[in-house]
Formats: sequence, structure tokens, C-alpha cells
Amino acid sequence: MTSTSPDRPGAIHARPVQHPWRWVALAVIAVVAGMIVSSFVTNERWNFPFAFEIMQQSPVVEGLWKGTIFGTIGAMVLGIGLGVVLAVMRLSANPVLRGVAFVYTWFFRAIPRYVLLVLLGTGLGFLYPGFDIGVPFGQQIAGAVGLESDLTFFTLDYNSISSTIWVGILGLGLSEAAYMAEIARAGILSVDRGQAEAAQALGMPPGKTMRRIVLPQAMRVIVPPTGNETIAMVKDTSLLAAVPVIVELFYQSYQFGQRTFQIMPGIVAATIWYLIVCSILMVGQSWLERYFGRGFGVVPTRTQQKLAEIEADH
Amino acid sequence: MSQRHAATGFPDEPLVRAVNVTKAFHGTEVLKGIDMDVHRGEVVVLCGPSGSGKTTFLRCINQLETIDGGRIWVDGDLMGYEDRGGTLHRLTDKRMAAQRRDIGMCFQRFNLFPHKTVLENVIEAPMQVKGTSRPQAEAAARELLDQVGLGDKPSAYPAQLSGGQQQRVAIARALAMDPKLMLFDEPTSALDPELVGEVLKVMRDLATRGMTMIVVTHEMGFAREVADRVVFIDAGAVVEEGPPDQCLGNPQHQRTRAFLSRMRREEAAHARAVVQTVTGTADALGAVGGLDDESTPSPDEAAGRHPTT
Repeated sequence: MTSTSPDRPGAIHARPVQHPWRWVALAVIAVVAGMIVSSFVTNERWNFPFAFEIMQQSPVVEGLWKGTIFGTIGAMVLGIGLGVVLAVMRLSANPVLRGVAFVYTWFFRAIPRYVLLVLLGTGLGFLYPGFDIGVPFGQQIAGAVGLESDLTFFTLDYNSISSTIWVGILGLGLSEAAYMAEIARAGILSVDRGQAEAAQALGMPPGKTMRRIVLPQAMRVIVPPTGNETIAMVKDTSLLAAVPVIVELFYQSYQFGQRTFQIMPGIVAATIWYLIVCSILMVGQSWLERYFGRGFGVVPTRTQQKLAEIEADH
Repeated sequence: MSQRHAATGFPDEPLVRAVNVTKAFHGTEVLKGIDMDVHRGEVVVLCGPSGSGKTTFLRCINQLETIDGGRIWVDGDLMGYEDRGGTLHRLTDKRMAAQRRDIGMCFQRFNLFPHKTVLENVIEAPMQVKGTSRPQAEAAARELLDQVGLGDKPSAYPAQLSGGQQQRVAIARALAMDPKLMLFDEPTSALDPELVGEVLKVMRDLATRGMTMIVVTHEMGFAREVADRVVFIDAGAVVEEGPPDQCLGNPQHQRTRAFLSRMRREEAAHARAVVQTVTGTADALGAVGGLDDESTPSPDEAAGRHPTT
């Protein structure tokens, strides 16, 4: 088989196609990159050493952990959980559930996150300084019947929590749920109907069919855009200052720069932290994609991943 | 459980009784009053042209489709409804799921769970629906996988298996629920010709073990060999039924005859194609039988060769 002769050609050693323009492009990029790096070094206003110092200041680090990272995790947990529930409601046979999910999605997609956070932080505290938990219309009923109690079991003082990270998480999470609902819905619809039928035929009730068979397969479609949403959420935590929550990366970093009359290093410090956090998340995302793609023989290549990200960002 | 059919509880009563079953999709009637009794241990083959309603009828038996009229009982249970004093009440999803537990089904496209391994596919329903413990479910699953000849593949994912292997796993998955009835919806029609045999063999074994089976198939060889009864359905109604010798060998109805002669031509073409892929020579083709139908392209033409016969 391997013997070769002039009329039985063997292995191919061809010359590859030449790409001269690639070298030209490389040269141009090298020059531009060199200019940028040189300006970093020579323009002292960047003041990178001070930016690195700001990055390590304890209020900034605290803002990173308690505001940015904790806020992202909290908002995404709430957003994904509520989003999946909304997606299932949206696809349910029950018209009431479908309607509720639709109105929810419509409302929270129409409200800018910044406005929503101001509304929750300032507005709700003004409108409802205390939340009474009890019998619905209990106060009115008690008034009419002449009861001494007003049928309230528990009162939550909203103003005591209105400037905490919890309100921020609530706002970002509620908003995120509307987007996650659409993502989860697309994921559920991407699963072949035959899967649910096979589970049904085995006697699995609908809830279990959804949890055990459909949702795990939908995850393959849900995970990549959810990764993008998480990365977007890291960036949106900078809106927490609207609540106002000040234990948050950008606010702390910027304030530190202002107090020391070094505004630029303050901004750069936050920028670098965001780059680090988002890079770590991107690695985690590709791991999750491989996990949920098991059994499909698809290990997404870098290119495919990139394309998915670009598509989701636009 | 729910209502018992008046005349059941005796072993010689039919396991499946369908009476005047009707079903329409968007105003088009696909089942026009089908009556059918299937007894315990019986193997019934449903055949008929595509679009005749045979698959729909099969799916009505385990309520994957709801019926518009008539009644279907399986082992005395009225499927999908409860009769309370003459008024039918639709069953809840939960109770309908309970009715389906004892009815196994195999699909044309296998519908294995792609995110689970072969073993996980088989133990899923026993563990989740019956609450069987994992060691017990796994032991039973391994035995079933041996039975379908896949004892060496428990940790493979479905995508790593051939179509024939996937369908055999699907059969094992259905058997894991210890069903009293097995429904097969064209189990071999999505398979390459050389993989059909292994699936039919498993089904034949199953029939030998006394399983009650309703099989929608175009495999007339299987019907002749394994079926106790063949039911020919056309345009949503039973045209003819009887033992395979009679129904396939000496059909009474013009429509059955037309269908069978078309099937025979296709089978011959299939056989020729298989022989060709196996031997790779055109010489063997002559041995399989004449192919004198102009409308079917001969395998030679399909393969772009000059006919040698």
C-alpha cells in the first residue's frame, strides 16, 4: 500500500498559499500597538502604579466582593430561577399563567435598569415605608368590623433595607428574569418534542418530564447566552449606585480617585478589575458549555463560541 | 385505579379494547371509527399506506393523542377519562401518567435521552416513576441490555451508537418499566437496511416470551413470521384483518392487494440494495427476484451504473 512510484504518487508535500497581506496587517498592528504601549509608559497622567494601589485598597476590594461579585451572583440566581419559572409559565397550557408571564416580561423589559433601581431604592421607600404582612385588606376589614387588631402579623420596615445590596439584587434580578425568561423559552423550545413524548410514554408526569428530561437538554442552548448575561450583569452592578448602594467596585474606586485628585487611576483601577472578573467568567462559561453539551458530541471550538458571543451582544 | 370495563377481570378478556375510535386533526378526520381487540400475548401488526392513521391510532392507545370519540380500554382501564355516572371526566396529567406506566412504546426516531448514557436511559423511569432503588434498577437494566445484545455498552451516549443499537436501547428502556403491552411505531423505518434485522430479532424474541405487542411496520416479512394477526388500515378505518397467511397471502380487498403489491416491490428493491451493498457485485442481483416495475428506479440506475441484467 505504501510503496510509491511515478505512477503511484505518495505523500503530498505542497507549498502552502502565500498570504502577503497578513504580514502587512501584522506590521500595521505592531506599530499601532507600540504607540499605545509607549503612551502608557510615557504619559504620566495614566499613573498606573497608583491605579494598582487603588485596586488593592480595602474599600475597593470590599466593593468588588460585596457589591460587584455578590450582587452579580444574587441577581443572576434570582434572574435565572425566576426566568425559568416564567419560561415554563409562558409555555404552559394555563392561559392565566401565560398572561402573567407575558405581562411581566413586557413590563421589566421596558424599564431601564437604572430607572428601576432608583424606583426601588427611593420610590418604594417613599410610597410604602412599611410592608404589612397579614390578611389582605385586613386594616379595612378590621376598621369596618371594629376589631382591635388590624389583622397584621408582621411589619417590614422597608426604609431600613432600602439602601442595601438586597434592594439592588432585587432590582437587577427582576429585570434579568425578563431576559432569562426569553432565553429559557428558546432553550425549552429547542428540545425535540419526541423527548417529552418518550418521557410521557414511560409514565413520567409533566413536571418531572420538564425537570429531568427537557430542561437539562435545554441547558445546552441556555448556557451560552446566560454566560453573556452574567458577564453583562457584572458590568451592570456599577448601576447599584442608583439605589444608592455605595459598597460597589466602580463607586469606591472612582471616589478614591477623586479624594486623592487622581481621577484617571481611579477609573483605570475599576476597569482592570472588571477585565479580570469577566475573563474568569469567560473561562467558566466555556467549561459549562462543555458540561451541558455532553452526549451531543459537540465541543464548541473557539470560533463558534466567539460567534455566539458576538451574536448575543448585538 | 379508575373504572373497570364491565367485562374484564377474566384472563381471556382482551388486554386492549378499542371501540369506535375517532380522531380529527384540524377538522380532518384521520380515524373514522376503529374497533380493535388485542388479547394477552397476541402480536398484532398494523399496516397500511402512510397517512392511513395507523400511527395515530397507536398513539391514541397510550393517550399521546386524545381521541374525539369512542373508547379505549387497556387492561380494563378506560384510557384518558373517568366515567362518573355516565359523564366522562378528563383525567389529570398525573393519573394519565400512571396509566401510561404499564404501556411501553418505541418510536420511529428512538427518542433516547441524548444527555444520558445508555444505562441512565434505562434506569430513568424505574427510578423516577416507580421509585426503584438505584442498585436494583441498575441490575435490572444490565439484564435487559444483555437481553437486547448491548450488555457491553452501558456507559455509551446514544449519539455514539448506530440506529439499530439506539432502537434496541429504546426497547430495553421501555421494558424496564415491566410493561404489560408494548407499542412499536415503525421501529425500523428510520434504520439503514442492514440494521433492520437486529431490531426485528429483539422484537421476535420479545414476542416469543409472550409479550403483547402492537406493531406499526412496513416489514411484511416480520408480519408473516411473528404476527398472530395483521390489521390493514386505510383512510382511518380497518379494511381487513386476519392471520398473516390470510391477510397477506390471500387478501380479500382491492385496497389491501394494491398496498401489498406495492410493498412487495419496495421490499424487492430493498433486498437488491442490501445485496448490492454487501456483495458489491451486480451478478448477485438476479438471484433476488425480478424487478419489473418501471416506476421504481433499479438499484443500478440509482447507483449511476449501467444495468448489467
